[in-house]
Amino acid sequence: MTLDPLLHMAGALTVIAPIVLLLGVGLTLLGGWPLSERVTARFNYVAVVVGFLAAIAMLAMMLVSGERNVVLEVGNWVVIPQENFHFHLKFMFDRLSVPFVVLSYVLLGTIGAFASRYLHREPGYHRFFLLYALFLVGMIVASLAGTIETLFLGWELVGLSSALLVAYFHERTAPVINGQRVWSVYRVADAAFLIAAVALHHLTGEGDFDRLMGKGAWPDGHAALSSNQALVIGLLLLVAAAGKSALIPFSGWLPRAMEGPTPSSAVFYGALSVHLGTFLLLRVSPILELSTWLSAAVVVLGVASAILAALTARVQTDVKSALAYASLTQVGIITAEIGLGMQYIPLVHIIGHATLRTLQLVRAPSLLHDYRTLENAIGSHLPAESHASRWLPTSVNHRLYRLSFERGHLDSIINEFLVWPFVRIFRWCDTMERKWTDLLAGHPSRESDSIRDPSPPIEDLLL
Amino acid sequence: MNELHLPWLELAIAVPLVGAIVTAQIRDPDAARRYSLVFCGIALLLTLGAWCDYATLSGGEVHDPWDLMMAFHVAPVIGIDALSAPLLSLASLLSLLTVLATLRTKVRRLSFPRLLLSEAILLATFSTDRPWVIIALLVAGTISPYINLRLRRRSTRVFVLHMMLFVALLVTGQWLVDVDRGVGSVIGIGLLMAAVLVRSGIVPLHCWMTDLFENATFGTALLFVTPMVGVYAALRLVLPIAPEWALHSIAMLSLLTAVYAAGMALVQREARRFFCYLFLSHSSLVFVGLETATAISLTAALCMWISVSISMAGFGLTLRSVESRTGRLSLDEFHGLYHHTPGLALLFLVTGLASIGFPGTAGFIGAELLVDGMVHTVPLVGVIVVCVAALNGLAVMHAYFRVFTGTPHVAKVDLKIRRPERIAVLVLTALIFGGGLYPQPGVVSRYAVAEQLVKDRQRRLGPATTHHGHAAAKASVEIQMQ
Repeated sequence: MTLDPLLHMAGALTVIAPIVLLLGVGLTLLGGWPLSERVTARFNYVAVVVGFLAAIAMLAMMLVSGERNVVLEVGNWVVIPQENFHFHLKFMFDRLSVPFVVLSYVLLGTIGAFASRYLHREPGYHRFFLLYALFLVGMIVASLAGTIETLFLGWELVGLSSALLVAYFHERTAPVINGQRVWSVYRVADAAFLIAAVALHHLTGEGDFDRLMGKGAWPDGHAALSSNQALVIGLLLLVAAAGKSALIPFSGWLPRAMEGPTPSSAVFYGALSVHLGTFLLLRVSPILELSTWLSAAVVVLGVASAILAALTARVQTDVKSALAYASLTQVGIITAEIGLGMQYIPLVHIIGHATLRTLQLVRAPSLLHDYRTLENAIGSHLPAESHASRWLPTSVNHRLYRLSFERGHLDSIINEFLVWPFVRIFRWCDTMERKWTDLLAGHPSRESDSIRDPSPPIEDLLL
Repeated sequence: MNELHLPWLELAIAVPLVGAIVTAQIRDPDAARRYSLVFCGIALLLTLGAWCDYATLSGGEVHDPWDLMMAFHVAPVIGIDALSAPLLSLASLLSLLTVLATLRTKVRRLSFPRLLLSEAILLATFSTDRPWVIIALLVAGTISPYINLRLRRRSTRVFVLHMMLFVALLVTGQWLVDVDRGVGSVIGIGLLMAAVLVRSGIVPLHCWMTDLFENATFGTALLFVTPMVGVYAALRLVLPIAPEWALHSIAMLSLLTAVYAAGMALVQREARRFFCYLFLSHSSLVFVGLETATAISLTAALCMWISVSISMAGFGLTLRSVESRTGRLSLDEFHGLYHHTPGLALLFLVTGLASIGFPGTAGFIGAELLVDGMVHTVPLVGVIVVCVAALNGLAVMHAYFRVFTGTPHVAKVDLKIRRPERIAVLVLTALIFGGGLYPQPGVVSRYAVAEQLVKDRQRRLGPATTHHGHAAAKASVEIQMQ
């Protein structure tokens, strides 16, 4: 008996389970009949367990059969044969995607169970699980994507759910502003990704990874691009990966993302979301191999991000930010490993790091308790700080401290040279428009100028 | 010319006209709203009937049986083709949803007779391809917003100046095209093109649109801009006869507008102006698809037209619903309305994301087709389109956070979503996700229309004068040989 039907069934279940969860939670919320907390938690539990078991079954069958590349064809979502336009949906189970999917299910299942208690009776309980389901679908689709368009689809879902989860405590403005910042960085990354995807399609006429990267299953493929084409496409993909994985110059969003609830910080920004950029680089590693300059750029970006993050982590005053930068240090190293042409080592590094970081972030609220337990166990205080700085001159120490404290000035540089000039230019245009319409109307033309009071008099502050 | 089985189109236009007369007699606004709902609902059913009936026929242009014009031995003016079939239903749906989502707080401000009259004019516009009839209806369509501004005692000068320019350019342009085959015709095409750009709010002639949203009722402004009749005028009046330079000019100015409006949307401090610029940015992208007049780019433009109309109308109606609870919304502060209206917050996000072409929504494939079409012909334009979508994404999320997040307030009145609003929410969400998750039929239908438009253009201008004319002619010969 051939394993093909079983492989396809397991593959389909791996993808369908989170989609059913998303539809169930989303439609009930939209219809105005939200599920109870207990039902939501059970539904989540069942969907994740089914998806996880299907992924494990797929892994087992692939190991038994020796098959290393199982393709689940969904077909063309959209096709215009006359124009050779197609949006192909395909899922690919190989040595890169299966470990990543299993990792996603393990971590998201753990965090789902944790969150169902941690967020018990929170007003945003259902919203959290809606975004959680969206994130799960995004991660599974992105991990298993067999075409660059499918990967983009999952990539976008992950971005949206992440930004909204950062702004989860939306009664306060700080998380919301940080969510907006995360969304801004993600949009830049998404734009770079989309341009790269379309350009890749244009240059090769293909969007399927198995054709783009040659016939061999990952990691043996060879991309059918020239060195210069690889450099351009690869740099765009590197920008996309840098945005998603918080590499330089986009590192500023990672500590901001910690404004979200602990469960989402743990699994999304400490473990899965932050590794999605490196996953992308691994997926397109045959393109990186084609250009030495591109590989060098990946290494430099990874090392620079790791150094900056290692320094910055040391001056953080809250545990979640310190963990965020510690996480970024490892992501930087993983990126450098990919740039150096390694494939299995970064994959193992991702899995190990994501698992450890999830545990650390989930334990973060109990840090003092954990420290006390450790100190009791060893019978003395834990070392307060590293003594490496004693070897450096004071002025260098101060400069490094300032640089780390300001998080490499990255946010300030982006604000100063990108955001504010943009805002100033368009505010000036707005002023000119006002003058023009005032002139045409013969008097002040904007009623909206007088709208300033946000609170109608009939309302009182709740909080 | 084929005939429909029933006079769907004439009835679809007549019903809102009758509705306008009936509701004009009713003094109670609630009753007028209920009657309007009935008339809009019947008009929607009739346009859907026309669409279904058209689908059963062999295609081409089809007109009503017992056409009134035939009684006067004049060729039928009202007809339906593949281009207009979904637009008629779209136009009647937008009117129905606008009436449905009008709460009691706004019911006295919205004039139902004028809304129904505008609907009839809009349906008539989409039901004809005769240039002078289209022009007459486009001119008639500008009267309702003008009356609205007058009744609200706001300055009409900005609107009137722009619309007078629009009408003058339109009439002169078409007259020159009709009477002269030489230089006059070229000037006429240029004037028609300029008229379309004015009506569509292309920079720098866009200020009438922001002024309209500032001063007219939100519902009136929405219904005036969201069906994008400027695109219809471009396809019927300009595309078939315009040389490539005219299409390039329209596309480049539209691209400039898309970038400019996206940037402006990000710095707006008031919700209506923000909406106006966001809409302008999206609607301009529809014109970018005319750049090369190839089937793929026209398909993109046609897909985006429908998706932008639905999503931006939904977005606008959501904003209008929020406004009807709080009054005009400043985007400088956080309003914390999620606590009261999570349903509206969800719809705001869904429609906003659909408008920027988020995966899984109706706008995604249109945006993808546009970028793909542009990258093949003018790569830089493709890159700019992606950047515009990114900027619009930032603007949508910025507005969502400002309107729905922040410290919640205890309202002395119930601000929860009402049943009619929920119905509107569900209908729009179903359309947005339905079109996004199962886009193939829509894309195939729009591709067929695009191919027809390209063929018409080649027939009138000759294959050699159109973009890729030789390639298209060669492909056509190959297909015939096969």
